[in-house]
Formats: sequence, structure tokens, C-alpha cells
Amino acid sequence: MERDKKTTGTVAGIVANLVIVKADGPVAQNEICFIKHRDERLMAEVIKVQGINTYLQVFESTRGVRIGSEVEFENYMLEVTLGPGILSRNYDGLQNDLDKMDGIFLKRGEYTDPLNRENKWKFKPLAKKGDKVVAGSWLGEVEENIISHKIMVPFKMEGNYEVKSIAEAGEYTVDETVAVVVDGEGEEHSLTMVQKWPVKLPIRSYIDKPRPFKLLETGVRCIDTLNPITEGGTGFIPGAFGTGKTVLQHAISKQAEADVVIIAACGERANEVVEVFTEFPELDDPRTGKKLIERTTIIANTSNMPVAAREASVYTAMTIAEYYRSMGLRVLLMADSTSRWAQALREMSNRLEELPGPDAFPMDLSAVISNFYSRAGFVYLPNDKTGSITFIGTVSPAGGNLKEPVTENTRKVARCFYGLSQDRADSKRYPAVDAIESYSKYLEYPEVQKNLKENVGEGWLDSVLKAKDILLRGKEVMEQINILGDDGVPIEFHDMFWKSELIDFVILQQDAFDKVDASSSMERQKYMLSSVLEVADSQFEFKGFEDVSDFYKEVINIYKQMNYSDYESDKFTKNESELKSLLEKRMKPSVSESNV
Amino acid sequence: MESQAFQKIYTKLTNITKATVTLRASEVGYDEIALVHGRMSQVVKLMGDEVTLQVFAGTEGIPTDAEVTFMGRPPQLKVSEGLGGRFFDAYGDPIDGGPEVEGEVRDIGSPSVNPVRRKQPSQLIATGIAGIDLNNSLVSGQKIPFFADPDQPYNQVMANVALRAKADKIILGGMGLTNDDYLYFKSVFENAGALDRIVSFVNTTENPPVERLLVPDMVLTAAEYFAVDHNENVLVLLTDMTLFADALSIVSNRMDQIPSKDSMPGSLYSDLARLYEKAVQFPEGGSITIVAVTTLSGGDITHAIPDNTGYITEGQLFLRRDTDVGKVIVDPFRSLSRLKQLVIGKQTREDHPQVMNAAIRLFADAANAKTKLENGFDLTDYDERTLDFAKAYSEKLLAIDVNLDIDTMLDIAWGLFREHFKKAEVGIKQEFTEQFWEK
Ligand SMILES: Nc1ncnc2c1ncn2[C@@H]1O[C@H](COP(=O)(O)OP(=O)(O)OP(=O)(O)O)[C@@H](O)[C@H]1O
Ligand SMILES: [Mg+2]
Repeated sequence: MERDKKTTGTVAGIVANLVIVKADGPVAQNEICFIKHRDERLMAEVIKVQGINTYLQVFESTRGVRIGSEVEFENYMLEVTLGPGILSRNYDGLQNDLDKMDGIFLKRGEYTDPLNRENKWKFKPLAKKGDKVVAGSWLGEVEENIISHKIMVPFKMEGNYEVKSIAEAGEYTVDETVAVVVDGEGEEHSLTMVQKWPVKLPIRSYIDKPRPFKLLETGVRCIDTLNPITEGGTGFIPGAFGTGKTVLQHAISKQAEADVVIIAACGERANEVVEVFTEFPELDDPRTGKKLIERTTIIANTSNMPVAAREASVYTAMTIAEYYRSMGLRVLLMADSTSRWAQALREMSNRLEELPGPDAFPMDLSAVISNFYSRAGFVYLPNDKTGSITFIGTVSPAGGNLKEPVTENTRKVARCFYGLSQDRADSKRYPAVDAIESYSKYLEYPEVQKNLKENVGEGWLDSVLKAKDILLRGKEVMEQINILGDDGVPIEFHDMFWKSELIDFVILQQDAFDKVDASSSMERQKYMLSSVLEVADSQFEFKGFEDVSDFYKEVINIYKQMNYSDYESDKFTKNESELKSLLEKRMKPSVSESNV
Repeated sequence: MESQAFQKIYTKLTNITKATVTLRASEVGYDEIALVHGRMSQVVKLMGDEVTLQVFAGTEGIPTDAEVTFMGRPPQLKVSEGLGGRFFDAYGDPIDGGPEVEGEVRDIGSPSVNPVRRKQPSQLIATGIAGIDLNNSLVSGQKIPFFADPDQPYNQVMANVALRAKADKIILGGMGLTNDDYLYFKSVFENAGALDRIVSFVNTTENPPVERLLVPDMVLTAAEYFAVDHNENVLVLLTDMTLFADALSIVSNRMDQIPSKDSMPGSLYSDLARLYEKAVQFPEGGSITIVAVTTLSGGDITHAIPDNTGYITEGQLFLRRDTDVGKVIVDPFRSLSRLKQLVIGKQTREDHPQVMNAAIRLFADAANAKTKLENGFDLTDYDERTLDFAKAYSEKLLAIDVNLDIDTMLDIAWGLFREHFKKAEVGIKQEFTEQFWEK
């Protein structure tokens, strides 16, 4: 959008953070503008144009703003600034660096630079003179914390270019020219390490986006073992308040096998963000030995920050994720909670007096959600390298009832469903993921099945299905026992029920606050599942149904001690042999033996 | 209320609804306050030269030629040490017969604390109530409501918590408080000799309901003054937030906004979060802890008010009458303190987390046994033992009338385990059973 003269306007109406402006020239949908109020400039976005009225959502409080205030339109959409130095940063929803802001309180109209302009980065060229390049091509790299940060041809540059010159290896600031490329018309373009991209548009720097097929280890047993997510996969965690969405997401972001983790705190508690930036600088990334914060970026639009920036925050996070994916990295993106974003859309839509859809959410909610989820995925880059964005969002359904628009629309697009159950949370069976209701569609993908067979084990999938089956049967017999009474059912029912409890307590339940139990390697998960299934396959002798529960409680107790011990440590093996002798004492002689 | 020189006086209202008036005026700022017929009002909509004002006390009797003067500022509070020991109404005007408080003028509803300027909460607040300290420990900088039916003694429990919490300042925000409860708080604070560290902003049932919308902001402005300017630990009590939310819905319905669930405004989550998020721990030592009350109707926590509150606060405390022991207890199932893991087993004894979990699990087993019994089934020996345990646990620990230190609570719990169960049934880490089982 070229304009000869900057468009300006004046404020004609204000209702909370909706402002109506009369503009004196062309404006674009989603264009950014600033409202002048005394010495402050308040950032806003065009969300609707009707006749002579331009409607803005203001990213700040409108307190004190008057009719007639001047507005300047900037002729660009909401953009993020991309370049080295994004990792370990704490941004607000509009990518302002929170650490650069003065004072205890956020000041209205204060915007800070997302990057450090003075810092020198060790640049190494990857392209050479004469190379043919397109948007997203790698020109060089710098070391950013633990990752190799690729300097790319800006995504906005359409068409083909040829590298005319490239900077020598050395130290440069982000604003120094590191390459010059020439377009088809022979025009030269100097490129730095920085580029900008509008957050609402996906970055399409890849050549192919196949279905995800590789397991992404999260260290959380009820995910990896029962309903695994993949590199580039999508999942969502719906649950009533307090059922453990945030704890589960934090656990995943600490442990998952990702190169970069982006945490979008969207309309949630500030203390939860504080937890991340207090703990992550202390915690080790088990894979690299470096601190977790080095691979993490936080986008915080906490619930007390301006509502309009809530929507922006998830897009800011996604765009940064796409940027790192284009470098051939595995990015994990977490958004907590996507419901707050939907609510922000609802507040605005209501103020605009649009025709409401179900529960007063905007009519296009479904499209907005599916567009967003579709930006995740596993991709092949033009240079045959791969990258991925795995996206997991939480959903906070009103009243804990999953029959509401955000949950239902997310279910249509997210491939993994980790439903948290109030009952399980109430009885402190954490993580409260309902293993029977939850699913991973990826388990049905032949390419995922193949990957699991090759990387985890030939019989792994069968074991997983078997464990699920036992859980389901356990639930069924429990219903029977509840109807008929403990002694109204055969003892095998009790045995079946307790076998499912065994899987519940040992595999599903996991203490996110225990140093050891918090994260479980795939190797360990495989070992534990096969061990537990072996018990489930065995026949034991019982005197009565009370005997059944006593026995299994003891078994569970030992297994729990194992879960609390380092894998294959002395304590672990000691517990294991204790378990073995306990089991042997009870074991029914197997049929073949008794035949002898 | 002060008046300013050269104020323009308007005398022509074009619209009057139950809660708002509209007139033509210029040079008016959004959120600004005005006096309409002597009543405090606030700008809620500007459209061309049309200004819509929300009249807090309601519009009864306001004539179309009422005098309107704009104050050119948002609602404010004067803050100083002089606030201590004083009682104010929702506008911050004294109701205790004392003089106006002199001090620095602050806008209420101030901006949020930059999250990177916060500190992770880490200081346990002991209340003596085991249902809180043992199972749902409070931490300074936390925000947590009581979810209670209107007939439960939540105000008494809250007053106890406040007095035992060792806060530098206690700031009470009463919204729709009955006059009896208002006098109750007043006398409890007086009797405890704590009056000088208490500040109260009170809207009683006798005051217009919409006025109470100002109370939390007044309270929190005072709280920020003490926590930021004086590095004090401030405990804020807000009762009853359900009545606050009801006032929000009155206003939004009268302004023809599309209601969402339970006729609450679609912005309820943000409106409540803006207040609760004022709870904070500062690195310099000051803190604001918010303990609130959300009354339930018929125990329904899926109603929009408790539901949105639950999504905002860091846990909730449920009060329930345990008919087996005839006492009000802090329900261990639905109650939760999200921040407890920051302090339990760290500032308290190491066995605290495991003891807490084990006791609750056994209490849940007792609940199952009870269901069995009600359905006419025989109980096992284990069931019987859980029932006995549950009674003792409820009586000795969960009841709101206990006042113990945390080590004693833990010792009592171990005692109950030993009395009713085998070690494997309790299922606590070996290292702790070895240390505490025989003790
Ligand atoms: N895996 C776990 N292990 C131990 N405790 C847990 C676990 N998951 C959740 N909890 C407990 O549940 C509490 C609430 O969890 P969390 O904050 O994740 O809930 P939430 O679903 O995000 O709620 P909200 O929607 O209100 O944000 C935690 O503070 C913790 O006490
Ligand atoms: Mg959460």
C-alpha cells in the first residue's frame, strides 16, 4: 500500500477500548495507528471501516482521551521484529521488551525495542556471491544462546534474487549490512539481520508440509505413552479451572525435546509468568546442559493487561515460532489460554454490535481458530532441511462444560485431545488427563505407527492399546461393582479393577513437582509399561476381594517408590527386586508348570 | 467534594435511563467523573458531542435540567498514613465522623505492575486453620476467594484469617455488606486492638448497589500505596465479590450490552482479573494478598461469577458443613491453593506435601465408603477404618475452629494414620514413614 501522504484522522467516539475515527485519507483493515493524547501515543489497530467511520481497537486504556484527538495512520499492519536476540526475552503481547520498561508499573504508550541494537553477533556466512536466493534462504548464521540462528532473506521479498556480496565472518550488530542481493531488474537490496513481518499472515518459507510423523517426547507419560504428540503436531488441553492445564503445559515446556520453546501467556495470571522467568534460568535443559531460559521466549499478555493486545499476543508468538521454524528448528509453542483470546474477540465483536454467534462469540470464531492451528506443522525447507512448530493450546471452558464454542471449534482442528477431568483433579490424580476420553489422532497415522515401531519398539503400539483396553475394562467393572456391591461380583472383577488402578497410579499419574518423577524418558516409559503389563498379564491367588486391594496397593506403593527414584539407580533396582518377591509369593503357578 | 474554578455548568440532559444520563458537552475525557445533580457519575461513552454518564447512585429524581459539572479527572483517592484506622464509603469519603484524610492524590484503577518487576511469592501466611495451612497454605502475594453459601460464616473465618495473618495493613472492601456484618468487622478489629492497621471502604446494603463498583479500586489504590510506598505487607479483604459482579451486570444490561452466560457482561473475566491481579509480591518486600468472598447460589460453582473467579484466582477455599461432626470445615476436595507448592515442604516440614496428599486421599476413600453405605452395601474393614479416620480428621483438622501451628497439624495427621491404617495403605515415601510413623 503506497501512499503519497500520511493519513490522519480525529477521534469521533469512544466506548472503552473501541474508538471511532474520521480519517482524511485511505486506511487499510488491520492497519496500525496512534492516537495522540497529551504527550502519549496510544497504539491501535483498524478493525472495521464503515462509511466515513474507521473503528479502532486500542491496545491501551483510553482513560482521558477526548473527542477530536488526533490520530496518525502508519500504513503497516501489526508487525513483529525478527532477528537474533529474541530468545530468553520477556515480551508483552505486542513484542515490547518488558525488561526495558522503566518503573514498577506499565506506562501507557510506552513501547520498547524487541531487539538489542548494540550487541555484536558472531556472523558466519552460509551463502556466497552468485547464489540464487529467495525469501527465507539462509544467508548466514549467528550463535544465539545454544542455537544457530539463521540470517535469512526477508520473507517480504517476493521473487528471485542473486547474492551480490556477503559479509565476511566477523562481529556485527543486527543493523549492519550482512548481504547485498540483486533482483531481476538489477536493483540492489542491502540486507541486515533484522526483518519485520505482519503477525496475522503466516510465513510460508517452506516447500512442503507433510503430515507430522515423528514422535515428540514430552517426558509426560500420559502423553508419550498413551496419546503421543508429534513434531509439528497440534493438541489442546481443555479443563475446568484448577484441573492442571498450566502445570501440564509448564511440564511439557520444561522437558519436551524442542530446540526453541515459545510460551504465550494469554490473559492468564502474572504470577505464572513470574514462575517461568524465575525458574527457567535455574533449570537445566537435560539435552544441552544449558539453562532452560536459553531456549525459551515468553510472550506475556497477562489478564490485567489490555484486552485488545490479547489477540495480538498469540499471533506474535506464532509468528516468532514460524521464524525459528524457518531456520530448521523444532519449535514448541504453548498458548495458555486460547479461551481468553476468544473472549477478547467476543468483547470487541459485542462492542461493534455485530450479530453474535453461539454464547455471544463472533460468528467467524471457528475460522479464526482453524486458521491459527493450521500455522503449526512439520515442514521441508527449500534447502531440504526440516523444521516444525508443535502447538499445544489450553482451553478454559465456561463452567467446565466441553460443549461450548471454543472447545468444540478447537476439537475440529487439533489432532490431540488431552481432556482434564474434574473428578481426577478432585481426587488429586495428577495429571488429571482422562485417559479414556483423550486421544491422539496421530496413533492412527501409518507413518507415525511406523516411526514408533522403529524408534520405540516393534510391539510398542500393541502394548499401548492393551494398556488402554485395561483402563477401559477397569472402568466398566468399577461401574458393575458400584451397582452390585463388592461381594456381588466375582473376584476377577476386583482383580481387573485393580489392574487398571495399577496402570493409573504407575503410568498415568505423575508428580510434576517431584524432581525425578516430573520427567520420564521414553526408554524408562517403555520399561515401566512393559513391567506393569507383565503384572497385568499375571494371575494371582486371592482369599477374598479385600485381599485383592491390599495386594495391589502394596504393589502400587513399590512402583511409586520406583517412580520417585532415578532410573536404574540402586534404589530403583532394590525396589524392583522387592516387587519381584512380592509378586512371586502370590503368583498362581502358570498352566504349563502345573501340568508337569 | 471539591469544586474547580471556571467549571462549565451544563443544564440540559437529552436522555435519562435508570443508570445513565446523556447530554451534549465538549472537552470531556473518557472515564472522567462528573457531578450530575450532586451525584457522582463517570463517563462511559463519548459519541461526537454526546456524553453518556453512569450515575453511581442511580438516576431517581434527576430532572432534565439537572446541573452537570465535569471534574476533568478520573475518580481519585487521597493516600497517606492517615488512612489507618479509618472507615470510608465507596467514594473514599469518611463515614466514621472523622476529618477528611489529607495526602497525595492518586487516580484509582491505576495501570498494572510490569510482570518482570514482580517477585515469585514465597512467604507462607499461617492462619492456624488446618484446612488452610495444612491443605491449602496461603502465600503472601496470593489472591484467593472463599466460595461459600450465603448462610455460611465466611466473614468470621475471614476476620480470623486477617487477624492471625500478621499483615502490616488490613484493608477491608465491603460490598453490599449488611449493617450487622459491618458492625461485626468493626467490633472484631476494635477488640483485637488492631484498628490502626485497618482501613475500610464500605458499601452496605443500604447504599445504592452500583456505587460498590468503586470499592475494589479504592481498596487496591490504598493497598498499592502501602505496599509500594512503604514496602508493607498488605492483606486485602473483599466481601462479597458476587455482589460486585451483580452490580456490573446491572450497568451493562442497562447499557444494552449483549449479555453472555448468566446475564453477566462478556467482559466479566477481564473486569474481575483486573482487580485480582493487583495481588503481588514486590522484590523490595511489599506485598498485596487478596482474600475475597464469592457467595454461591445453591452451591453452583458453574455459575459465571464463581466460574470466572476460579479461572482468575490462585485457588479457592470451600466451606461446607460436615454433618458427621456437626462443624463447618474447609472442604479438602474442592479447595485448592495454587501457590502452596512454593512453600510447603520448604518453609514447612519436609513431610508436609506427602502427609497432606495422603490424608486427602484417605478422606476420599471414606467418601466412597459412605456412598457404598448409602447404597446399602456391606462395608469392608478398610472402609470402616476410613470412615473412622474421616471423622477424626474432620473434627481435629478440617474444622474452621482449630488454631494450631503447622508442625502440630502434621503430628496430628501422622497420629491419625497410625491409629487407623497400615503403612502401605497410607502410601507415603519411605524416608518419611521411617522418620515419623513411630514418633
Ligand atoms: N501434575 C501435577 N502434579 C501435582 N499437582 C498438580 C499437577 N497438576 C496440577 N496440580 C495442582 O493443581 C493446581 C492447579 O493447576 P493449574 O494451575 O495447572 O490449573 P489450570 O487448569 O491451569 O487452572 P486455570 O484454568 O484456573 O488456570 C496446581 O497448583 C497444583 O496444585
Ligand atoms: Mg492455568
